[in-house]
Amino acid sequence: MAESEIVDWFRERSRENGHDYTSFLGAGAYYHYRPVIIDSLISRGEFLTAYTPYQAEVSQGTLQSIFEFQTMICELTGMEVANASMYDGSTAATEAVMMAVRLTARRSVVIARSVHPEYREVLSTYAQYEDIVLATAGFGDSGRIDLKELQKSITPDTACVLIQSPNFFGTIEDVAAIADIVHKQGAMLVVSIPEAVSLGIIEPPRQADIVAMEAQSFGVPLGFGGPYCGVIASREQYVRQMPGRLVGQATDRSGKRGFVLTLATREQHIRREKATSNICTNQALVALMVNIFMTIYGKVGLRELAKQNLAKSAYAAAQFNKHAEVLFSGGSRFNEFVVQTSEDPYAINNRLLGHKMIGGLPLKKFYPELGNASLWCCTEMTTRTAIDTAVGLVAESQGAAQPAREADVEEVAR
Amino acid sequence: MKHMTRKATRHVSHNEGLIFEKSSAGKAAWKLPPLDVPEVDAAKLLGSLQRNHLGHMPEVSEIEIIRHFTRLSTWNYAIDLGMYPLGSCTMKYNPRVNEVASRFEGLANGHPYQPEKISQGALRILKTLSECLIEITGMDAITLQPAAGAHGELTGLLMVRAHHQSKGHPRKKVLIPDSAHGTNPASAATVGYAVENLKSNSQGMVDVAALAAQMNEDVAALMLTNPNTLGVFEREIHKIADIMHAKGGLLYMDGANMNALVGKVRPGDFGVDLMHLNLHKTFSTPHGGGGPGSGPVAVKKILEPFLPKPVVITKSDGTLGFEYDRPQSVGRVRAFYGNFGMFVRALAYIFANGPDGLRQTTEDAVLNANYIRKGLEGSYDLPYSTPSMHEVVFSDKLQAKKGVRTMDIAKRLIDYGFHPYTTAFPLIVPGALMIEPTESESMEEMDLFIEAMRSIAEEVEEDPQMVLSAPHCTRVSRLDEVAAARKPVLRWKPPS
Repeated sequence: MAESEIVDWFRERSRENGHDYTSFLGAGAYYHYRPVIIDSLISRGEFLTAYTPYQAEVSQGTLQSIFEFQTMICELTGMEVANASMYDGSTAATEAVMMAVRLTARRSVVIARSVHPEYREVLSTYAQYEDIVLATAGFGDSGRIDLKELQKSITPDTACVLIQSPNFFGTIEDVAAIADIVHKQGAMLVVSIPEAVSLGIIEPPRQADIVAMEAQSFGVPLGFGGPYCGVIASREQYVRQMPGRLVGQATDRSGKRGFVLTLATREQHIRREKATSNICTNQALVALMVNIFMTIYGKVGLRELAKQNLAKSAYAAAQFNKHAEVLFSGGSRFNEFVVQTSEDPYAINNRLLGHKMIGGLPLKKFYPELGNASLWCCTEMTTRTAIDTAVGLVAESQGAAQPAREADVEEVAR
Repeated sequence: MKHMTRKATRHVSHNEGLIFEKSSAGKAAWKLPPLDVPEVDAAKLLGSLQRNHLGHMPEVSEIEIIRHFTRLSTWNYAIDLGMYPLGSCTMKYNPRVNEVASRFEGLANGHPYQPEKISQGALRILKTLSECLIEITGMDAITLQPAAGAHGELTGLLMVRAHHQSKGHPRKKVLIPDSAHGTNPASAATVGYAVENLKSNSQGMVDVAALAAQMNEDVAALMLTNPNTLGVFEREIHKIADIMHAKGGLLYMDGANMNALVGKVRPGDFGVDLMHLNLHKTFSTPHGGGGPGSGPVAVKKILEPFLPKPVVITKSDGTLGFEYDRPQSVGRVRAFYGNFGMFVRALAYIFANGPDGLRQTTEDAVLNANYIRKGLEGSYDLPYSTPSMHEVVFSDKLQAKKGVRTMDIAKRLIDYGFHPYTTAFPLIVPGALMIEPTESESMEEMDLFIEAMRSIAEEVEEDPQMVLSAPHCTRVSRLDEVAAARKPVLRWKPPS
């Protein structure tokens, strides 16, 4: 194909892909504004077309930017060390759990049911042949992890507890209280953070031992699910069990500061089958997007951005609550909330699609016990007009619930 | 440094500190639109969960950010600057039309959970790429979910295990040649398999007799890179496959070197049961300084039930959708559907080349590697005389007599304006120089490379110290990696 034909073909696919819809979807993938200079900078061939920075003398640009990335991730998560990135949030959470298993030499893991369902699936895929026993801890009326159930589920063989905050329902977990329970039993606490922007206004999980993050919210396009940017951060004492690449400061022969890939003895190209993980490639260019985003918003902007997210979702939740029930009102949330309707959410969403709107994610597939619940997300990109329109469309048939049509049922099967 | 000016000349390079060292209060590069909903009192909403400070995050202006990262970028070598001959890494040109295609609104902003009826564009891309890769590999089915090559290996081995389990016994070990990439044994270990080393013969290929002796009902699979890491095609691949299959084992192919085969031979036709591809190698998606990659796994029919879920299907009404009901699936290996942005780029590359173009690409890649081999024979020791495919492996045997090793030569190459080749790999060649030019290089660029390498070989004879202390023209000289690992400094801290 000629270049013009290629461009046309993909433009056509883009048109078939909801390119002009307003969306209320979140659930681990968030639509935030991407400042234009991110793409200007990552499009520089020296970043775009460089290999992994093994040859430090001709890779200082990539290495220094990763060092800055690691520093900012530490500042934002409250951890002491952070790696150069992982594939995504789901594999980062999984590898963080494996790291805790190695550190404690214990073989069982407790996972909160309020962790992203697909993250839990990935963890069970990885764990199936590692001889690791997985247990789950449910959530209470506030949408937060049920502390009593958590307490009961931890045994002397529990390596770690994996929670997510904000959790899958958008609710912020009480990390301090959870950490107390977990640490009393000698287990580690792994906290997954799926929505990085929350770190601008929500206290980071400082009591955690390991933090696994999805940094997609920081300037990475939604891109139908990837590439994204996972990160693992932890206490410094655990660094030798950390998977993935790490950049460290070094000096050259004349004493000049430079940066290198370091602690490679953890990695597969040195240790082969005894490595901390089989991971080789990281997400360098995506981490660079994240790095530039964090630099742009910085100390003040990130906070203001997070506050706008908080305000938009607080407004939306209040509006929805007039016509439907917003669940889990007992806990604080960031930019997502769960709406319970009498009408099937797939039917509601079909109505919204007619107005070029994508409604919240129906939760039936993941949490059948929540019935007609759906997960809605509002970011700084969501306008009040869009919220009001969506609320109006949800309200339309409340009280006159209709059974889902056949086409909708098909989507439920997802 | 006789010929240095032909490829590179020293020029001014800007100094630039860490971004934190440029920060000062009150500078900003962001601006939010006015809030169209009532403001909220964060303290009231969040209580003790509210964060009060963001630590040492930077405060800088937009022009400072542009300059900061632009200056950093100039400290990198890149394909866009010249030949990047890293063996096994396939550093080929990254076409810019790929970048344009991936940034169309509906693709860049498509949400992974948006309804299928408005995701037909993305689904069509998944399906078309899958079909192209199945055709190229000669396999029957594929998953695009793995995020990188090693992730693909893990996924493939999970399927191997599930296959054997379905026959009643998962088996115990995986055979891996001593020339293999380190991810192979690491991936096998993750899936609970013991790793058994398979020695290479004197031509650097699988010792078929040794394989036959080592193969038994405990062996789940052989992980083979073909062409192998010496750039040599395993000519007895059919025999190897037969040995594996006769005892119920599977043949896994690491597709890292697929750039030597595309359009010429299909692994599915020579007995491979499953393999991964690296879209960031063979299919031109940018390496980006170390990722993102993408590692699809193509399989034969017998392994199809075990593919990660979901898989793309054509529904009864002709539209595309995801199928989640896959009872024998190994499960998910990552959230959502994989590194979609890389699928767009790889498909654009396939479209641009077409079948004939892809075949030509392979031929050119092999021709280029042999051109370099011819050009450097005599100056460097060639430990295996077996014909080269897309890459050639020399050793530093001749230079080692003067105390100069492969890493020293690699560092000296930087002064000549090239990125180093792959050093010290594969492990079966002591002091390896592994060179892969790819099809992207012109004869002029390769001549410059050959000239530089020959010139270094002469320098080793005349002035080894010059080579041992290289590079001389970079911003930083060799960095003390040992000290960096002994007392790791992994983040910036404010001066106390």
